[in-house]
Amino acid sequence: MPYKSYIMGMNRKLHIAIVAFVAIVFAAGAWLNLSQDDPPENTAVGGMVVNVDIGGPFTLTDHTGSTFSSEELAGDYALVYFGYTFCPDICPTELGQIAEAIDLMGADGKRVRPVMITIDPERDTPEVLSEYVPLFHERLVGLTGSVAEVREVATNYRVFYKRFDDPSYTYYLMDHTSFVYLLAPTGEIASMFRYGTPPEDIAATIRQHMRSPARG
Amino acid sequence: MFKTLFAATILAATMLPASAHDLETDTLKISHPWSRATAPNQQVGAVFMEIQAKTDQGDRLIAASFEGAEKVEIHNHIMDGDVMRMRRIDGVDVPANGTVELAPGGYHVMLLGLKAPLLEETVIPVTLVFERAGSVKIEAIVQAAGARGAMGGSMKHDEMKMDMKDGGTKHGSGHGMSK
Repeated sequence: MPYKSYIMGMNRKLHIAIVAFVAIVFAAGAWLNLSQDDPPENTAVGGMVVNVDIGGPFTLTDHTGSTFSSEELAGDYALVYFGYTFCPDICPTELGQIAEAIDLMGADGKRVRPVMITIDPERDTPEVLSEYVPLFHERLVGLTGSVAEVREVATNYRVFYKRFDDPSYTYYLMDHTSFVYLLAPTGEIASMFRYGTPPEDIAATIRQHMRSPARG
Repeated sequence: MFKTLFAATILAATMLPASAHDLETDTLKISHPWSRATAPNQQVGAVFMEIQAKTDQGDRLIAASFEGAEKVEIHNHIMDGDVMRMRRIDGVDVPANGTVELAPGGYHVMLLGLKAPLLEETVIPVTLVFERAGSVKIEAIVQAAGARGAMGGSMKHDEMKMDMKDGGTKHGSGHGMSK
């Protein structure tokens, strides 16, 4: 047999075993590569992978005092931010980012609705919100509700928030996660943006979803 | 071309007030102090700036005051995983021959119990108190509510952004926020 003389000290069975082993490893590698036909996430710059269990329908009160159901967002995209008005820094920054992202999109931006849901319903009444939202965008909707209603929505969106009271303070603050949620026209969460994601990246992610809505 | 010239002129004009309100002393330079517009019933505001220590000693910002607020404190943001926590701190060090930034997401002078809303395109006088330099009076320019820098929102001052700067607040030519 031709193999014996070629590989010194190695018998034929071992040689076949090695060849087979290499072939299996190679085949396994090829299979793994081919099975990764799903890119890791919604691909766009800035947008994050979203667990499908997050989000869901909600009913709250808007800044005009009317009942607002998440169904009213159906058919449009929405950028949703959970914040509060007694927040001089982070929340205005994020609302500014959202507003700019929408305006960067020009005509397409009309299909994106900016929404702010308060995590501090005790202070943020509809009246308070009605004076706050126009500062950021003419179409920004402010949503509030009872403590329980807000808690339910925040829980569905996995928003962490916690009141921080210090006896020496005459006020309280809210610790909170600061994400922006992109809702698809179906109402599902299409993507999430970390605090500080530039408006250009938010706009690019939304455009990507608009081009391939099946992903949303 | 005319549009570009117009935009450039506006840009230049908006930059002028910023440098006019920088403040320099023997030991410190405070650059681009700015704040954000607030809603009529909004109770808190924030002031940002860059502080430079011009000498080998450095300094420490330990307090601040503003007549338009009941109380003024210094705060910092701590990002704890994905949770944002804002906390009052005793002071902010200004490194020797170095700078410290009070900017969104980090340190800021926090105005509590605003007696009147901060109006965009106005200037508010704030007194800063330093450990070494003592009291220093600055003038902070009030930008739009969603502004993220001393120059206003984004740095793109093309026509659309110029509209955004005003349109976003809907103040128009008259500050119709008084009740």
